[in-house]
Amino acid sequence: MNVQQLVEIVQGQVLNPQVSLRHELKGGCGADLMSDVLASVKPDAVLLTGLCNIQVVRTAQMADVRAIVFVRGKKPTAETIALATQEGIPLISSPFGMFELCGRLYQAGLHSLEEPVSS
Amino acid sequence: MSNLHELQGRRGRIITDKDAREISRVEELSYDLKISEVMTRNVKTVSPDMPMNAVLEILRVNRISGVPVLEHGDLVGILSIEDLVRCMEKNELHFPVSAYMSRNIVSVNAYDSVVKAIETFSTQRKGRLPVVDEAGKLVGIITKGDITRGVLNALQRDYHEEELRRYRASHLFEDITSDRTSLILRYNIKPRDYLNGGQASSHIKRALLRLGANPQLARQCGIAIYEAEMNLIIHTTHGGIIRVQIEPHRILMQTTDDGPGIEDVQKALTPGWSTASQEVRDMGFGAGMGLVNIQRCVDRMELESAPGKGTRLTMEIILRPEERFKETEENGTVA
Repeated sequence: MNVQQLVEIVQGQVLNPQVSLRHELKGGCGADLMSDVLASVKPDAVLLTGLCNIQVVRTAQMADVRAIVFVRGKKPTAETIALATQEGIPLISSPFGMFELCGRLYQAGLHSLEEPVSS
Repeated sequence: MSNLHELQGRRGRIITDKDAREISRVEELSYDLKISEVMTRNVKTVSPDMPMNAVLEILRVNRISGVPVLEHGDLVGILSIEDLVRCMEKNELHFPVSAYMSRNIVSVNAYDSVVKAIETFSTQRKGRLPVVDEAGKLVGIITKGDITRGVLNALQRDYHEEELRRYRASHLFEDITSDRTSLILRYNIKPRDYLNGGQASSHIKRALLRLGANPQLARQCGIAIYEAEMNLIIHTTHGGIIRVQIEPHRILMQTTDDGPGIEDVQKALTPGWSTASQEVRDMGFGAGMGLVNIQRCVDRMELESAPGKGTRLTMEIILRPEERFKETEENGTVA
């Protein structure tokens, strides 16, 4: 699934339409704890989150997350959008909640890229 | 040098891996580039009641081969040079545009990828496509020439910026001869500067990629240094320093500050243990997982701290033979 197809599934609004939506997504993860994303997510995932600050974009950049979906219609700050645009990371606002989004995407064939925490 | 080999290869019509990469880059660009980036803005338009001879003049003076027809700001048709030829054959240049314009409008969206326009050109026999915004208002016009120009510009821009930087940086260790070459990056970090938190880490990750590090290695370093940078911002009293030493065989990253220091270093290393404020937790950090994460990313981590004195976190990654940065053979072998 690429980001463009994901946007349709989550009925999302792309907040930085200047960014390419062509990236292929290998799977997904849902988290509000950025350390969890950094610790457990494999590259080329979409991140579903309720967190809207600039650190979400930095985390995505470090963890090679290819797109970010904000749940329940949340919109990030202008600085967050500006940074994501600069870094080429699409930001998508979806009206659905985290649970609904995970379900929809999983059903559409997108699987988890979260790894269990092990030492 | 290798450049010469490439040239000869090209003359000999051998498609090298490099050529293949450039071909696919053009394809990639047609997805990456938005129509709004390559279209012609400030479009000449005409109205439906304008006489055809006035249009003839507009096309001639502006050296264009077609114009969109607007009525009260709405796109109602397209008039091309072919329509004008038909009109001249019938000697009806005094007729209004509405008599000759094509009402079958195929438009593209400004936010669509260029590939969408390419697809439309290949299925529709059109020389130009009007470009509309989300509200359906005309914002530009696109021709195949615009696409070619746009892709070529983007290729050149790309090549000249990132590729060239990467090319230069990736040869750094090869171009300099010494017994032991290392590159040191330093960043000053301000306390509680959450808005810029991660900026240094982002620069470090990019530097590693430009130096030729594989994406997995750059990611590993990026994650470790980002957690360390956030720790510094969250806890430091007066600010601190990130220092990254890159050598062909290893990467050494350090964060240092002069306070407040950690009471119980052993406790700080316990997963889930944190002294972070609610403000920090609201940002998605401060769950006591940072040091644990760092440990998973590096070969060696050392946390030294004394209350009232400061903290130093050292992270070392030893590069595997295939990950090492290329250096000149003249360089001294490192222990």
